[in-house]
This record gives sequence, structure tokens and C-alpha cells, in this order.
Amino acid sequence: MIWSRHNTSSLARADTALTRVTGSIALAVAVLLGLVLMLLIKESGAVLAEGGWIRFFNSDGWYPQSGEYNLLPMLWATLAASLGALLIALPLGVMSAVFSRFYAPVWMVSPLRRIMMLLAGIPSVVYGLWGLTVLVPLVGSWMPPGSSLLSAIFILALMILPTVSLTSEAALTAVSPASLQGAAALGLSRKGIVLGVAIPEARAGIMTGALLATMRALGETMAVLMVAGNVVQTPGSLFDSVRVLTANIALEMPYATGDHRAALFASGLLLMMIVTLLAWLAGRQQAGDERGHAHA
Amino acid sequence: MKYIHSICFALAVLMMGSAFADTQKLVLTGSSTVAPLALEIGKRFEQRNPGVRVDVQTGGSTRGVNDARTGLADIGMASRALKSDEGDLTSYRIAMDGIGIILHRDNPVHELSDGQIRAIYTGKITNWKSLGGTDQKITVVNKAAGRSTLELFLHHFKLNNREVRPHVIIGDNQQGIKTVAGNVGAIGYVSIGTAEYEQTYGTPIRLLGMNGVAATVDNVREAHFPLSRPLNLVSTGAPNPLAQQFISFAQSQAVDDLVTAQYFVPSAR
Repeated sequence: MIWSRHNTSSLARADTALTRVTGSIALAVAVLLGLVLMLLIKESGAVLAEGGWIRFFNSDGWYPQSGEYNLLPMLWATLAASLGALLIALPLGVMSAVFSRFYAPVWMVSPLRRIMMLLAGIPSVVYGLWGLTVLVPLVGSWMPPGSSLLSAIFILALMILPTVSLTSEAALTAVSPASLQGAAALGLSRKGIVLGVAIPEARAGIMTGALLATMRALGETMAVLMVAGNVVQTPGSLFDSVRVLTANIALEMPYATGDHRAALFASGLLLMMIVTLLAWLAGRQQAGDERGHAHA
Repeated sequence: MKYIHSICFALAVLMMGSAFADTQKLVLTGSSTVAPLALEIGKRFEQRNPGVRVDVQTGGSTRGVNDARTGLADIGMASRALKSDEGDLTSYRIAMDGIGIILHRDNPVHELSDGQIRAIYTGKITNWKSLGGTDQKITVVNKAAGRSTLELFLHHFKLNNREVRPHVIIGDNQQGIKTVAGNVGAIGYVSIGTAEYEQTYGTPIRLLGMNGVAATVDNVREAHFPLSRPLNLVSTGAPNPLAQQFISFAQSQAVDDLVTAQYFVPSAR
């Protein structure tokens, strides 16, 4: 810890320069975020001021041509798709992490992790193309038209699975060897160690990963746009066609003018608020985790 | 240092001054369908004619006609033919816009009347069986609000977007083609240029003819196809020389690639 303190007596010139550069870059990132937020508020201001935000929740529906901008159906669709994806990806991701941490033969661990990293790096439009040409017809042969909430959930689950799996694995790896050895010394089976010691201790890390994954799912645009069907309606079943907030912006922004444009910016603002809330939750989770460790 | 600064400043002022002195500005307003194309043509026109700036603003065909008439714009843009009470203006066709109804190749239905298409899109007919096809649910594919294709489609079939009961809403042509190609029961409409290309290269879709006219790029170019419209530049009887030059350029072969890139059809010459 000593080396990280400022040594004021012999602060090299290079150090001063580096401090300034890194400091200003860190500041620039914060300023950029603030600017994005300001832009969103400014651009959506026209609609927010005159009709009031209540218009986004009590209009007849989403009919930009006649000035009706109800965001609720799209908000529900966004939440349903992200939550559904998380419900699939979380158990699968944790299980795959448990496998590669506790059960996989040594030679398999590294290739498995590489595959997960590759999965995480595939551009979303590629997932979308695959979804449109393979997944949608597949779901469609079961329940036409196939472009549906279910397809969106599947695609999103596939996309966030690597995030969940990699963060869970990191959390499981961080479980202290002392706990694991202690449990083993007490004669617990491997199953007992995994379920009774490792996962509970890694819980906070796993949850943080899940929140991060949910944020990615909420913000995903292209892949969902291609498979969800994009009809603005409150989802009544898994086979309903739905439109998420991000897809709405991507679909209509190139042609939107005036209030319509402002309403799209407002939906961006709404999304950003949700994501900020999740980020705050994730931060709290982590802070709580660190406090917990300190007490232990 | 000071000298260098002042010299640079003086140079900059000189250059800006001369640039402003030589700049000629051409203002185009009107149809949002024509605007993206006009913007691209304008860029190329600027490249070939240094010192000219082309300013494109949207606001609908009616605004284009009005602005050309009042002189607010040098050239108006309209995605329709001129009406009978607009005889004081001259229109110059720069491209044709045509859309075709597409079905999956394996769908046995080969022809649909305007009435049947209207019934399908308003949700009154929901199964191909009643149209002579197999017992299969119809998947209605519609365009996202604001797209010019949607506008032309609704206008032709005298539909209001609120009456349409879509199952899938798409953004661009490619997405529409992939959606229909992946669903035997789907019906959609896309730009004929794109659909014809995809059909030729083996994508399992079929373009439907309308009122006995085949949906081909040639028929769109000749304005035979019912679901097509001209994209026009309009101006008063005597446009200024620069506007005249721009109009000839927009009608020339030099911009055919730009027209095709926007999924429009270059007009017949």
C-alpha cells in the first residue's frame, strides 16, 4: 500500500504529467456522460414541457402522426424481454461456471472460457441475422408468425449468457480457498461444497454479473429489432409480437421530425434512467459485498 | 509567434472571404422521400462544381410545390405528379418509386385483388384458405411509421395506419424480404428493385402482379405499374441557370447509381 501513496518529496515530472493526463481523461468521461444526459433532456424537452410526461403513459397508443406517444406497451415489452432472458441465462450461466470451476477436466477449462469470450464478442447484428433466418422460422412453425417476445427472449438469453457465465466464474474463483478447504475437511461432498459454500459466498458477485447482463439486454437493439416483430402492443403472451424501446428509436429516428423526434429522445431518456437505476443497484450490491468481506 | 498568428488569421480571413464571394447556394425543399436522394445528388453536384452549396430541407411534397412557386426554394421536391391546379410549375422526373406485394414462393396464391389485400391488412381475412391457398394463418408484415413505402402503400389502398392489423413491423427492405422468406404464410410489401434482385438470386419470395401488370422494374420505369409514383423536382417556368444545371444533372446518367442505391428506379430517357 505504501507505493500507491504520493511521494511528494520526489514526485517525478513524468508522474505529474501522467497524473494530469489520466485525471483529465477520467474527468472527460464523466463530462461526456453529463453531456449525453443533457442532450437527451434538451431534445426531449419540447414534448416534456408542453404535453407533460403524463402523455407518455395515458395516450391511446403509439401514433406519432397524430401526436399520441404512449410508451407503456414498449416499456412492458422491454422489461419482459430482459427479465425473460435473465431467467434463462442466469441458471444456465451459473451452472456452466460451476462446471468449469469444479467439475471440468483441467484441459477443458481454458477452451471453455475462450468460447464464452468469443460468444460475448459476436456482434449483435450477427445474432439478429441468425435469429431472423433460423430462430424465427423455427418458432413460427410452432406458433406463427414466429417474430415474438419468445424469439426476443431466446436471442437476448443467448447474448447475455457469456456475461453471466464469465462473471459467475470470476466470482466463484474469488471464493477463498480456506472456506473450500475447510468444507472439504469437514467431509462435505463436492455437491455440498458447491451449493452450501461456494455459491452462497459468490452470491454478490453473481448478482452483480446478472445486473450487468440485464443492462446489456435492456440496451440491445439490432438483434431484438430483427426478431421481435415490432408491433406496438402490451405483450399478452410469449407469442405476441412486441416492440422494445431501443428498437422503436432505431426504427423511427431516421424519419422522425418535431414532436415525434422529441418523443423518441424521451424514450431514450427513460431507458437511460432504468439503466442508471440498475447500475446503482449493482454498485450497492458490490459495496455490500466488500463490507461483508471486511467483517468476515 | 505573434506574427505567425496574425499572418494565419489574415490568411484565414482572406480565404473565407473569397470562399463566400464565390459560393452560390441552391435551396431545395419538399418531399421527405425525395430528400435523401436529392441530398446525395447534391453532394456529387457540389464535388463537380466547386463553390456551389446545395441545401436540402424536408417538409412534404406540398411544401416543395409552394416553396418553388413563391421562390422560397430554387427547386421543390415532390413525390407525386403535379396536380391540375399546379400548371404554373414544371416538373422534372428524376426517378420512379415502385413497391410490390411479396409472398413466400411456396404460397400457392398467385394473385390478389386490391380488395383482398385491403381485407388482409385490416384483419378481416386471416387465413390463406379463403383466398384459395392452404389452411395457414396469414402473417401481415407492415412498415414502420414514417417510411415512404408505407405512405405509398396506405395511399394506394386507401388505408389508415390505425386500421392496419400487422403481426410484424419491419424497418428496411432487406428485413422485410427475410421475414417473408422465412414464413410461408407471410405477406409484405417492399421496393420492387430490391425484391426483383432477391427473387433472381434465389430468395424464396414471389412478387405479385397487380391488375394484370407484372411487378418488374421495367414496368415501374414506364409508370405502368399501379403501385408506383414519380419522384419529381419542380420549378417555375424559368429556373435560374444554376437550378437548371442541377436539374439536368439530376436527370442524367451520372446519378443512376445514387438512384439505385436508394432502391428507386432511374427514369426512362
